[in-house]
Amino acid sequence: MLCNACKQNEAKVHLTKIVGDKMQKVDLCEDCSKDKGVDDPTSYSDLLMGLSAEPVPSEPEPAAEPGAKCPACGYSQADFKKAGRFGCSECYDTFGEGLVVMLKTMHKGTRHTGKVPAALHQSRAEAQKVKLLQKRLDKAITEENFEEAAQLRDEIKRLK
Amino acid sequence: MTIHEFLVPPAVACQRAGPHDQIVMSSRVRLARNLKKHPFPSWAKKPDRLRVLEAIQPAVETLPQLAPHFAAAMDDLTPLDKQILVERHLISREHAAKGAGSGLVVNQEETLCVMINEEDHLRMQALRPGLQIKACWQAIDDLDSALEPKLDFAFTPELGYLTACPTNLGTGIRVSAMLHLPGLVLAEEITRIINAANKLNFAVRGLYGEGTEALGNVFQVSNQMTLGESEPQIIERISKALNQIIEEEENARLLLIEKKSKIVFNHIGRAYGVLANAHTITSKETMNLLSLLRLGGELGLFTKLDRSLTDEMFLLTQPAHLQQQHTEKLGAEERDILRATMLRTRLRDIPRPQVPE
Repeated sequence: MLCNACKQNEAKVHLTKIVGDKMQKVDLCEDCSKDKGVDDPTSYSDLLMGLSAEPVPSEPEPAAEPGAKCPACGYSQADFKKAGRFGCSECYDTFGEGLVVMLKTMHKGTRHTGKVPAALHQSRAEAQKVKLLQKRLDKAITEENFEEAAQLRDEIKRLK
Repeated sequence: MTIHEFLVPPAVACQRAGPHDQIVMSSRVRLARNLKKHPFPSWAKKPDRLRVLEAIQPAVETLPQLAPHFAAAMDDLTPLDKQILVERHLISREHAAKGAGSGLVVNQEETLCVMINEEDHLRMQALRPGLQIKACWQAIDDLDSALEPKLDFAFTPELGYLTACPTNLGTGIRVSAMLHLPGLVLAEEITRIINAANKLNFAVRGLYGEGTEALGNVFQVSNQMTLGESEPQIIERISKALNQIIEEEENARLLLIEKKSKIVFNHIGRAYGVLANAHTITSKETMNLLSLLRLGGELGLFTKLDRSLTDEMFLLTQPAHLQQQHTEKLGAEERDILRATMLRTRLRDIPRPQVPE
């Protein structure tokens, strides 16, 4: 059996690890095993993760750099790790990418389906209506139905 | 006017009744909201917090829903005032610890209470006696909608209302009920119920919420998930669970009477004996024994004991309410003596429990 890493020498070091319900195996020659630091048992998992065909999902990593700070309030990822709370509403933008993984563990879903402020609700409904009218307008134009198109154009203007 | 002069006396407050109030002491729905462009309270500096308080408090005070109301900055309230508010379940213990830059607005009926700069800029809650979750939601939804045009809430269509802690994100809603469950405790079924509630993602906590003991067999059940479900869905789900717990408590009481009546009557008789005759008693022991007295009343062991009396004693014997009835500053030992005296006096005209035929 050849070494999985250099694919030249015979493998002498065989590692097996069970992650969840999947077994992962790595076979290495002596040189490669030393290179990869296999003597140090703590690095086994890194090695396995790097070589296995199906990498196990890694721990949720926040997208922002550890030192990154919220431009609005100066809050850092480290502050969040310590307190479990954000610094301001902008932080949800700043530290947004790692958020979904965390929200999945906390909530039923990751999208809001509840109350929407009335002002926003209204503007959303209007935007939807404009979109619909625009579609009808496009159709009217391609069909050279100019009378209807003019009407639709006026209606859109009024809503905007 | 002080908060003591404003709030109705406990004797009046405890007369308030609601559906299922033999088991459900009160219902509550609270919403968390924050303003855009202002750091959340725990990260904000004092000037930031004061600015937010100055923006929110007047907006809240003009709402007709709250009239007549009492408003105060937390640093204007004495530690005793704050503790009274905690014992009445109007503010959280966390809010009681706040000083300059935090505030409070409460209406006289004690059905609406707004905490400013607690963990979030706004924590507003509606309270009702008994099981009245839907009425609470309607009241607080209405208050929230009335504030909307006045304040710029942090909201995104994807994540909903943005809160300091992501566990409150989305709807920002916390629905809870305070349940008196002596039957399930005596029947040793309470752990099973708590586990079942936890499995459904509901939190079960003690008398004063997070991290507190279930004194007097009082438990708070609340939702934990706030995102991915609408408010009516959350209310529907927790209402089902609450109705089930109520049924379990009723069954536990019936079973205890049928199968273990001696044990139950023994507990209640001893509770009466101690409460009516003690000369010094701690707040904790009082609450636990009053719970049994309340149960005795509901099982028909006391003919002249009204539930409002046990509830009133439950409130009046707690440290801050007891202190408030005395002008001089009381030590813990003095409080225990005065508490016992009050209980003896209040129970003088209540005959000892009679086992029903």
